[in-house]
Amino acid sequence: MSPAAHSLPIDISNLCKAYGSVKALNDVSLNIAAGEFLTLLGPSGSGKTTLLMALAGFVRPDGGSIRFGEQEMIATPPHKRGLGMVFQSYALFPFMTVAENVAYPLKIRGVSKSDQKARAERALETVQLGGYGDRRITQLSGGQRQRVALARAMVFEPQIILMDEPLSALDKKLREHMQIELKALHEKLDATVVYVTHDQREALTMSDRIAVVNHGRIEQIATPERLYRQPHSFFVADFIGESISLPVSVANDTAQLGERVLKSNTPIALGSGGHRLIIRPELLEVTAGAVPDAANDLSGQVHDIIYQGDSVLVIVQHDSAGQINVRVPANRAGQTGLPSKGEQIGLALHPEDTIIVPEHVA
Amino acid sequence: MEQVGQRKIDGLWLTVVGIAVLFFLILPTLIVIPMSFSGASYLEFPPTSLSFRWYVAYVTSPEWMSATKTSLIAAALTTAIATPLGSLCAYGLHCSAPRIRSAAQILVIMPIVVPVILIAVGVFSLYAKLGLNYTLTGIVIAHTALALPFVIVTVMSGLQNYDFDQELAARSLGASRAYALWTITVPQVKFSIQTGAFLAFITSLDEVVISMLVSGGENATITRRMFNSLRDQLDPTIAAISTCLIVVSITALIGVQMIGRRKDKAQ
Ligand SMILES: Nc1ncnc2c1ncn2[C@@H]1O[C@H](COP(=O)(O)OP(=O)(O)O)[C@@H](O)[C@H]1O
Ligand SMILES: [Mg+2]
Repeated sequence: MSPAAHSLPIDISNLCKAYGSVKALNDVSLNIAAGEFLTLLGPSGSGKTTLLMALAGFVRPDGGSIRFGEQEMIATPPHKRGLGMVFQSYALFPFMTVAENVAYPLKIRGVSKSDQKARAERALETVQLGGYGDRRITQLSGGQRQRVALARAMVFEPQIILMDEPLSALDKKLREHMQIELKALHEKLDATVVYVTHDQREALTMSDRIAVVNHGRIEQIATPERLYRQPHSFFVADFIGESISLPVSVANDTAQLGERVLKSNTPIALGSGGHRLIIRPELLEVTAGAVPDAANDLSGQVHDIIYQGDSVLVIVQHDSAGQINVRVPANRAGQTGLPSKGEQIGLALHPEDTIIVPEHVA
Repeated sequence: MEQVGQRKIDGLWLTVVGIAVLFFLILPTLIVIPMSFSGASYLEFPPTSLSFRWYVAYVTSPEWMSATKTSLIAAALTTAIATPLGSLCAYGLHCSAPRIRSAAQILVIMPIVVPVILIAVGVFSLYAKLGLNYTLTGIVIAHTALALPFVIVTVMSGLQNYDFDQELAARSLGASRAYALWTITVPQVKFSIQTGAFLAFITSLDEVVISMLVSGGENATITRRMFNSLRDQLDPTIAAISTCLIVVSITALIGVQMIGRRKDKAQ
């Protein structure tokens, strides 16, 4: 049997990479724990692929350090880094069978023919493709190809697995199914996973921690829940989840929306370029009577009501702040009844849900 | 209904014109075949009597045989050098930054665009200094330079249709760059490389202008000899040789096509 693989931590420090005047990586430092599922999340062009390719050894950084465990990797060629990698295009070898594809890394490592066969079959079983070994790649569906790519990347029990938007070519339903499956697979494997996506929902679903990447920098790194509840910047708040934002003025650790002082439980993050109040539609509460004193009052007039199946979106016109969206779960709306258009309703934003972020991180 | 009929007639026209153009292109080539079997001692069409005498004349002439040997060896060596060199060059260009690639592409196309006579004169005067005129080495080097662009262009277009991530995947899975190139990339652009090799072979075999200046003596190529004989004595041996050259070219072409077809089926 192969020696027991133990996942490795990854330490990235001060990594830089410029393409002409574009700073694809702008002084990135990041510590990834052994066995962690870390997602790099960011819009297209933010530098996610560049960072992943630097880890894999295909992009040569201008400066900085990458360590796997104790070992400095910056000068190590890709084939000696011992990584499993899954590409967006899957990058399967079309002239080989499924089994030959999966056995390729074993063949390189000089594993005996019979062992190659057994281990490839076992890896295929892990991704629920047992018995597919003799098929040709062209005979597989998109989802099956995805699984073969996955099997090939883990068959040699790498300590680190990198994936660049591996699900983006699949349709929505299959993608959501594979998210759950990948997460379960990660729990079975003893490997550190660095996962790249631009889909915030996917990142929230799968990750232990998420690093939000913007313009070649890491804006924030945190658990999904923390990232959602306590974003550090307007960019993070806006990129993750649904929200509307209102400009607020901040002085002496208190924020004001117009004339009104906002009650908030979390300290206001420092930054530049002014501050914004982030309102997530599902965190607002429609109150029967007046809004309690402990909460922030965002009451207004119902402008429109939109039925969306699992929930109802109520659009409220606030006197000074403009339109505010409130999401009411369909079952609650059924129990308590919905307000009608034009009606004045009470809207409470509780202090623990009051998120105030700077326009830019410090 | 009428529209469909109209379209059929249009299609018919297209077919007729297409076949006419094809004939126009091929006929001059094919006309030498019957001429080569003529029994007369001058070139005539159509031949009034049939014989193999010009084929016999060709294969029994030591001069023609020596020229044939020179040409075949030169073509084989040119292919052997230009194919790997051009393929690697195409690979290098494919991997380099877009700016470098487009600049290099112009440079690579140059030998196709520049009139061959200029290249021939340049090569001749350079070889005069190096003592390479009338040598096989000289012919092979000049022909390789002419053939390289064809190999580079065909292999680059092959690489364009290839998902380069596959090579990166192979390398991340533990293959060195050379091993990944050999086991993953090359098998998938094999057809382009074979086409490039075929073009290199034909480029050398067919080449007249440089050969006129640079080859000679016992290292005269067959094209050079044919040209001279055309000027001096114009007998049907040339038609027989041309026919042989056509057969060689077409056989090579069919070979490449068949290998390509088999590859397509395998996928
Ligand atoms: N090979 C390259 N040459 C020039 N610019 C590049 C190259 N690769 C990436 N870039 C630039 O670097 C930035 C980050 O790209 P990338 O890492 O691919 O982003 P992402 O994967 O987040 O979409 C982009 O502005 C992109 O245009
Ligand atoms: Mg990308």
